[in-house]
Amino acid sequence: MTAPAVAVSRARRGWRRGQSQGVGSPWRQPLAIVGVGVVVVWTLVALLAPVIAPADPIAQTSPLFLAPGAHHWFGTDELGRDVFSRVVFGTRITLPLAALLVAASMAIGSVLGGLAGLLGGAVDTVIMRIADLVFAFPGIILAMAVTAALGPQLRNAVIAVIIVSWPIYARLVRGLVLSARTSQYVLSSRLLGASSWRALLVDIRPNVAGPVLVMGALDLGNAILLLSGLSFLGLGAQPPAAEWGSMVAAGSINFDKWWISLFPGLAILTVVLAFNFVGDTLRDALDPRTARALRA
Amino acid sequence: MTFAETAAPTQPGADSDAPGTADGGPGRARTATRQGRADLLRYVARRIAIGLVLVVGTTLIAFLLTQLVPGDPAAANLGQQAINDPAAVAAFREQHGLDRSLPEQYVIYLGNLLQGDLGISQQSHRAVSTDLAEYVPATAELAFFAIVVSLLLGVTFGVVAALTRDRWPDQLLRVASLAGVSAPTFWVALIAFYVFFFKLGWSPGGGRLDPGQAAPQHLTGLYTVDALVHGQWSLFRSALGHIVLPGLVLAIYTVGMLLRFTRASVLEVVGSDYVRAARAKGLPERTVIARHILRPALVGIITVAGVAFGSLLSGTVLVENIFGWPGIGQYAFRSATNLDLPSIMGVSLVVATFYIAINIVVDVSYGVIDPRLRLS
Repeated sequence: MTAPAVAVSRARRGWRRGQSQGVGSPWRQPLAIVGVGVVVVWTLVALLAPVIAPADPIAQTSPLFLAPGAHHWFGTDELGRDVFSRVVFGTRITLPLAALLVAASMAIGSVLGGLAGLLGGAVDTVIMRIADLVFAFPGIILAMAVTAALGPQLRNAVIAVIIVSWPIYARLVRGLVLSARTSQYVLSSRLLGASSWRALLVDIRPNVAGPVLVMGALDLGNAILLLSGLSFLGLGAQPPAAEWGSMVAAGSINFDKWWISLFPGLAILTVVLAFNFVGDTLRDALDPRTARALRA
Repeated sequence: MTFAETAAPTQPGADSDAPGTADGGPGRARTATRQGRADLLRYVARRIAIGLVLVVGTTLIAFLLTQLVPGDPAAANLGQQAINDPAAVAAFREQHGLDRSLPEQYVIYLGNLLQGDLGISQQSHRAVSTDLAEYVPATAELAFFAIVVSLLLGVTFGVVAALTRDRWPDQLLRVASLAGVSAPTFWVALIAFYVFFFKLGWSPGGGRLDPGQAAPQHLTGLYTVDALVHGQWSLFRSALGHIVLPGLVLAIYTVGMLLRFTRASVLEVVGSDYVRAARAKGLPERTVIARHILRPALVGIITVAGVAFGSLLSGTVLVENIFGWPGIGQYAFRSATNLDLPSIMGVSLVVATFYIAINIVVDVSYGVIDPRLRLS
């Protein structure tokens, strides 16, 4: 490459670097803004559900199978319930449960992964082999088996999703703790007499929290998909609960009445997509590998 | 400086890491090859051993789950009708050693599994193993179609996205791939079936063949392959026509997954010095992409393809029922909705074993691609 060509190439790279610096601040990314906006809207819908919904979500007061129209925006279902009201009230099941699922998986996975990384030896082996076993099953298959064994209920479906989801946090935290454990600041703290618990909670935790939270943001969408999938199979929410997955299942029986399943499915898609927009932007900005690639 | 560079300093295409030409000459190269082969064999053996341990572990999980079922395991396994038959209950208790300790019961359970006994399905009243043997080929065919489509589309679009970074094709593909991994598969299946079969009539509808068509003579159980082997073209067209829509629906999630990963892997290497060097020495862009960019990204892509296969197997449970595809997904769906525990556990074990086997193949293939991994 000739000298001017090298100069041009460098200048172009510099310009590109300038362009891609926006990645460093995720909130300037349009996808993240859209994602946060959609999540905020759905959260408001959940909070104001009784005000927004024109009808009781389980009241069977309208004619059956009405197509979408002025009175029933999303039509009515096989029992004469207002689909719009059911979609609106569905937020009150899906959103809190998604937060609960991710928080619980994150807490269990982080504690177990932290213990495995810090204590090593037999504790590490046992915890990580159990995690390997969970990974040996494709997600919904194990969740399905667990829910079927415990009994088809929303509570059991939640337990099943937590059982399937914690190992990913355990692996992440274990890796982070292992690399932090040998760092100078942790060694200094231990030499000063800090216990392994103190090292874990005071010195290591702040360095683990960031990546774990990003993983959590990315996992919110998956948790919703898994839980609604279980409800679709009839293993999660039970009738007459207004849960989106089970509403899609009801629509699949009355196949030509497309509105019964279209709207709850769209609700799942928009919420999961919004969480993924936010999670993906956060990961791009914080993952050193992608961030480095973007700066190159 | 390597032998290749000293021998042909002016040759522009000479790779500095050309195999077998390092300083020691052909003798040492042969020894190195033998050593490499031994490393590879040890690596493969280790992966298979780990896989077998995992398979045993999955049986332990399935066993413990059946213990969790509230109430009488005989009732859960035989169903309400059979529970009224004392002889059937007694036979079940005897066969599964229900009066013995838990570890003893597990050993009995393993012994039954080794003989292919996965219990009796409550819906079909047949052995679960017989049911599974009938349904596995249909799912295998669908999953194979979907993974091939996913790899072709995911990797191609991933490379396009990375090479057009931050421009409109990249932005468009990013949104599309995120939508692909965000859409609930069961809902996409329903909408696709409604639009392409019910409204437009483009899809031939549910099942594996047109109504009235007999299955091709059994060879592999994959209708497209069997029809091709026997030269039955109309049957082949029908089988292929039926697989396209469910296959594409299944592939939506995995295309999104592979696209995102390929983009990230390609971005990691696209700015590196050796890629710029390859371009600088005038190699055609196609060669640069295939040999210098895609090859190092391949290890990661194969790993994700393994994970993607797991998603496909999960997806079949949610998709097959809607398309009337007679595979283990539909069987699992029916088992779940009827709470047929022996069948659910059978499906879980078979799917987990498949998944573990796929992961062994993935591990072995990247041992072949990247020799450094054999030693780790």
